[in-house]
Amino acid sequence: MSFRRRRSNRVRPFTFTGGRTRSRHPLMVQTLVSTSEPGKEPPSTLMPESINIYRLCRETRSLAEVSAELNIPLGVTQVLVSDLAEQDMVYIHPTITGSSPSENQVLERALRGLERLFQ
Amino acid sequence: MVSNDFSSDNRSNRKKMSSKIVIAGGFGAGKTTLVSSVSEIPPVTTEAIMTEASIGHDDTSITPDKTTTTVAMDFGRITIDDELVMYMFGTPGQARFWFMWDDLVRGAVGAVVVVDCRRLADSFDAVDYFETNRRIPYIVALNKFEGRLDYTAEQVREALEVSPEVPIIDFDARQRNSGGDVLKTLLRYALQHNRASEPVG
Repeated sequence: MSFRRRRSNRVRPFTFTGGRTRSRHPLMVQTLVSTSEPGKEPPSTLMPESINIYRLCRETRSLAEVSAELNIPLGVTQVLVSDLAEQDMVYIHPTITGSSPSENQVLERALRGLERLFQ
Repeated sequence: MVSNDFSSDNRSNRKKMSSKIVIAGGFGAGKTTLVSSVSEIPPVTTEAIMTEASIGHDDTSITPDKTTTTVAMDFGRITIDDELVMYMFGTPGQARFWFMWDDLVRGAVGAVVVVDCRRLADSFDAVDYFETNRRIPYIVALNKFEGRLDYTAEQVREALEVSPEVPIIDFDARQRNSGGDVLKTLLRYALQHNRASEPVG
């Protein structure tokens, strides 16, 4: 439908994302992020928000958790994490969408897990 | 410092992956109750900032300086095993935030529409969204308030125009195992859905 606007029109163009409102990596709210080299200190050239993300993601977290824990809106978190990924400072984990039959094995695993957890 | 110790940890850590289930439904139907009863963490709220421009029917002429709106959504988490984490995301209740559903629904394994039978009309937007888009499998879960349901599943199916193949089940959002049954039903249906769409030969 033509009246559906693209994301770029809906996210506030925060100045500290350099005016960019789209991330280059396929980052969804549930996508897990972890710092590539957790033992290393973040470069001091990073923005304070990015440094916080770098430190927080020493333990793997979803984008939504990063957003909630650091109190940064989702859209902004998406752009900042994407930038960190671009510089190989964070690793973006695979996201299982179940859209291809090749992922059925993982879905079956999830179902078995739920059957174990909820009896 | 001790980067070597971390790096070995990090390699096994990289196998971690995640998936998402969307919990939709009318305002007060029991979405957050369902998320909190199945989640291993108390539901977390995160905020997304939207520009008013994306809300077509909002008249901003009276308050021309108001340019953004904040939409909150709740989510919970279930750790399936060492490598797989599942998140449950509650969609914002109000229909005017439908544009946010696109972002939330993208990449979801499936969705649950929670229905309060006493207020069937409130669930119509959510059912309509998933019936129209057909991008992800969804099921309908009737929340038993005070332990009873005013309508049968088939009456609800007819009233909300739910497709014949979509499972409709009843549950109690306050009970963990009952909520778990909803998630299991969704995953079984999603698997069936995938098998059906598998190319032949």
